[in-house]
Amino acid sequence: MSGRKIANLLRLSVSYIVLIGLAITALYPALWILLASFRPGKSLYSKTLIPEHFTFAHYTELFTSPVYMFGTWYANTLKIAICSMLIGVVLTLLTSYAVSRFRFKARKTALSTVLILGMFPGFMSMIAIYLLLKEFHLLDTHLALIIVYAAGAPLGGTFIAKGFLDTIPRSLDEAARIDGASNFGIFMRIILPLSRPMITYMALTQFVGPWVDFIFARLILRSKENWTVAVGMWDMVNGNQNTNFTLFAAGAVLIAVPIMILFIFLQRLLVDGLTAGASKG
Amino acid sequence: MVSRGEENGREMQQHRTRAAILSTLFMGLGQIYNRQFIKGLIFLAVEAIALFYFIENLGRAVWGTLSLGDTPSRLKKVNGIAKMVTGDHSIYILIQSLITILILILVLIAWYMNIKDAYKIGAEREAGLQANSFPKTVRYILDYKFAQTFLILPGIGILFFTVMPIIFMIMLAFTNYSAPDHMPPAKLVDWVGFETFRNLLVLKTWSHTFYGVLTWTIVWAVLSTITTYFGGLLVALLISQKGIRFKGVWRAILIVPYAIPQLISLLLMRNLFNGQFGPINQYLGYFGLGGLPWLTDPMWAKVTVIVVNMWVGIPVSMLLIMGVLTTIPRDMYEAAEVDGATAYQKFKIVTLPLVLFSTAPTLITQFAGNINNFNAIFLLTAGNPVNGDYQYAGSTDLLVTWLYKLTLDQNKYSMASAIGIIIFVIIASFSLYNYRRTKSFKEEDMIQ
Repeated sequence: MSGRKIANLLRLSVSYIVLIGLAITALYPALWILLASFRPGKSLYSKTLIPEHFTFAHYTELFTSPVYMFGTWYANTLKIAICSMLIGVVLTLLTSYAVSRFRFKARKTALSTVLILGMFPGFMSMIAIYLLLKEFHLLDTHLALIIVYAAGAPLGGTFIAKGFLDTIPRSLDEAARIDGASNFGIFMRIILPLSRPMITYMALTQFVGPWVDFIFARLILRSKENWTVAVGMWDMVNGNQNTNFTLFAAGAVLIAVPIMILFIFLQRLLVDGLTAGASKG
Repeated sequence: MVSRGEENGREMQQHRTRAAILSTLFMGLGQIYNRQFIKGLIFLAVEAIALFYFIENLGRAVWGTLSLGDTPSRLKKVNGIAKMVTGDHSIYILIQSLITILILILVLIAWYMNIKDAYKIGAEREAGLQANSFPKTVRYILDYKFAQTFLILPGIGILFFTVMPIIFMIMLAFTNYSAPDHMPPAKLVDWVGFETFRNLLVLKTWSHTFYGVLTWTIVWAVLSTITTYFGGLLVALLISQKGIRFKGVWRAILIVPYAIPQLISLLLMRNLFNGQFGPINQYLGYFGLGGLPWLTDPMWAKVTVIVVNMWVGIPVSMLLIMGVLTTIPRDMYEAAEVDGATAYQKFKIVTLPLVLFSTAPTLITQFAGNINNFNAIFLLTAGNPVNGDYQYAGSTDLLVTWLYKLTLDQNKYSMASAIGIIIFVIIASFSLYNYRRTKSFKEEDMIQ
């Protein structure tokens, strides 16, 4: 009996040690960049993990420096993220509601088309989109980026959203229809309130997209004052010869912290959203 | 139109035929004949605008797609001074033609629907029914054609920002649009059939790079999928063990890498693994070990991208698998315990099959996603270290990142498009296999 207890204790201790190791691995990079952002000087190298004295200079430089228009980029990204999130979520919801609740002739074709289109590498369409936007004189505008992100949203989100909507019992729709609700009324009053976790998940992924996408942002936004943070950060690491690492660290913290808070705050919903599409496999 | 041959039916019979013929001649006429004036006027307006547009553009579109332009820009002597005369820009011509042709298809669909509608309403009138008034038509659409109406807007978005670009790129693969010899506006671009594919697959200079990059892409996709999946499984099992306390806290901590935006975390890792100044080599130095060429040696760079990808990818698998673990019924374990199963046997017989079964579709999706994992490679190593034997590719380049470089840095558009098509074929075959296995698509109506 005691042999078993010892074995159990051993198992738990080993597990805790491994978990602690994993936790350090998971947290270390985040901690390192946070501390680096408070470190005086510019260089990547530092003798110690914790800087000898702390400074906020890099944060103030980000917003005051005429070279790094970080404040402008931040505002740009926020604007683009919110607009593309709103339009993208509406488009995805419309698509997924239509294919989840209605049976019509071209339905299966539409579903397969969305699936197949999703398999093309996204930026295979890069050149064409560039030329298309040039045709309509939309290059270097935020509107163009919003359109590109929002138009891409239904491709990525429809299947996940449809999987979720399929789980809302159809008897609810039918009951409402007997009470005289129109299709639109059912959508507004039954589907929308019930799919809140899924909408949150979709909105979050849509919102985060513009913060981290630099492929299309770099393609479309040409002038520096129109950039998003992603392009700015990329440029900061890649552009100049003498990289200003601590400044990059400060910028990274300012981008990552709000997104991390959102993610951790919405963790529960995220799992629901992630598994919604997969659970019926 | 079938004639019934009945004397009194003859006059009636003609409504549908007449309406259909009128609508064929000019959109909307049939509707007006059917006394649906507002609907008719809308159709009329659509055709008027369409005619106006096509008279201007259609001929040029057909000529453009066939020839891709015939006069290049050239110098011309005007009054003894050489002047640049702009010729045809093949690529603009191609995309303008494509847009015109897509609009033509949309208008043809509208035209077909307009004839069908006129015919149907005509038939209803023959049966003695009153044609719907405009408000009634709107009502009908909202009640019975709701889904189709709802899909128009996303459909148009997808058509112009996804379908059209893809068709365009597929067409490019069959042209010689490529630096340095065929770059408009100075030079024209021509159709060349399968020559690009032949060069890519057979011609020594290109095929060596192609097969090398393809092999690494597949090795990468397999390794990165397996490491993140089983890593996630192990971590999930570790946390959900009996006797481990603060499960929520562990989960929250280990999820941090997932919460950091990939752009940031990968650029950050690039600095962490920096061979000269990065902290990792610095710590190795403390233990008296020499630093490793994490990102600069071909072999080590491959190891680094896989390790970093584990750091980024394990949390997602962990979340997913922990979700599945909670759904496994307790009595299965109890039954196994009654039969005297050890912890390892319980894992092998109960946990693993159930987890694998319910996450198999995700696993294949992840595999397909890893073939296309642009961020993990491009942000971390940018495909480097450069490989001298390769055409514009580095040792860690995947097909996608190679495509990206060929497009943006080298302007080898036709080659890039051909690679894109090959990537599509690879991904599509995996996904289709996955899709057909997923029962939810076939049996989706059975769950409720």
